[in-house]
Amino acid sequence: MRVLLRNPRREITIDGRRRVHALLNELGLSREAHLVIRNGELVPGDGELNADDEIEIRPVISGG
Amino acid sequence: MKCRTCRNPAIIDLPRHNANFCAEHLLQLCRRQVEKAIHDHQMFEPTDHLLVAVSGGKDSLAVWDILRELGYRTTGLYIALGIGEYSHESQTFAEDFAARRGLPLVIESLRDDHGFDVPTAARATGRVPCSACGMSKRHIFDRVARDGGYDAVVTGHNLDDEAAVLFGNALRWDVEYLARQLPLLPARGGFPRKAKPLVRLTERETAAWCIVRGIDYIVDECPMAAGNKHLAYKQALNLIEEESPGAKATYYLGFLERMAPLLSGSSAQRADELASCVRCGSPTGAEVATDGSTVCAFCRLSEKARGHEPVPVEMLMSKSARRAAAKEARG
Repeated sequence: MRVLLRNPRREITIDGRRRVHALLNELGLSREAHLVIRNGELVPGDGELNADDEIEIRPVISGG
Repeated sequence: MKCRTCRNPAIIDLPRHNANFCAEHLLQLCRRQVEKAIHDHQMFEPTDHLLVAVSGGKDSLAVWDILRELGYRTTGLYIALGIGEYSHESQTFAEDFAARRGLPLVIESLRDDHGFDVPTAARATGRVPCSACGMSKRHIFDRVARDGGYDAVVTGHNLDDEAAVLFGNALRWDVEYLARQLPLLPARGGFPRKAKPLVRLTERETAAWCIVRGIDYIVDECPMAAGNKHLAYKQALNLIEEESPGAKATYYLGFLERMAPLLSGSSAQRADELASCVRCGSPTGAEVATDGSTVCAFCRLSEKARGHEPVPVEMLMSKSARRAAAKEARG
């Protein structure tokens, strides 16, 4: 699957299927500080991500 | 995962509520948390005209959206801070939000209206950019609210913001700041009432509100904020939250319920101790000079910054990045 990461903006490719929580753990990203979006919709922690999905992992922490 | 309320498929898991929610019931939860904050802290009257400080980010657009939905009369205030492309982009998000909903938006520019920008102010005064930025914004919020006759200034500070500030204040045992860290500051001595209706929502929840509602906002982080302490406190609190869901809410809301009342006598200057700035007329707690005059902190910053040649944002970005890298190396 293609994964868009932000701050800084970059794209990575992950092989195979993953659950959302497993993907965040694998990338070392806090569940409390990120949301996962597929086709403009949120995917919950146990949601299954398919190998051909295009997803965005959006950080929600702001520093202002 | 199923929604706790309706058993339809969930779109988000919220461990602090030990529950999952569909889009409809996530919005209901957010709305109810905001209504509870407004009610518990007696923030507004139904007829109040609210000045909503908007940055183009998720929190300020979410609070504007929710207040508008709840039926409040609102006007947005966007301040162009002159932080390069980041400011241009964030202004576009604020303008688009307002235009699509037919909402009034006041725009004030630090560079055009005051003759400087945040990077220049930071360099000219030796302050960290977030400090120069925060002081400028607070001054302009207050003045626009006063001049426009608004009943209150609303900001999008959320539970994570407040918990992080509380953490920083408690690390320093800064009693003065702790005593003032409240979701509602009443009007006093020429300062407008200030309210934070999102204090019961985490930033994961406010971001989810925006995504579900189709609100576009600036996702990129402010380039001046890299490596600031506020972000480090948030990361530390999120580590605790993952181990102990609900910890941030318990920490901050417990402070409001049990600790803040004990500190109420320790709060800042009384209204009758404020003077008027001889430059701009704003109320100020600045010390009176030997000639009897008082100049507020914003006017002092503004005078220094206007006399300095403009500083490009990149100059301070690299400094911030160097500081962050050095900090990381120290562990």
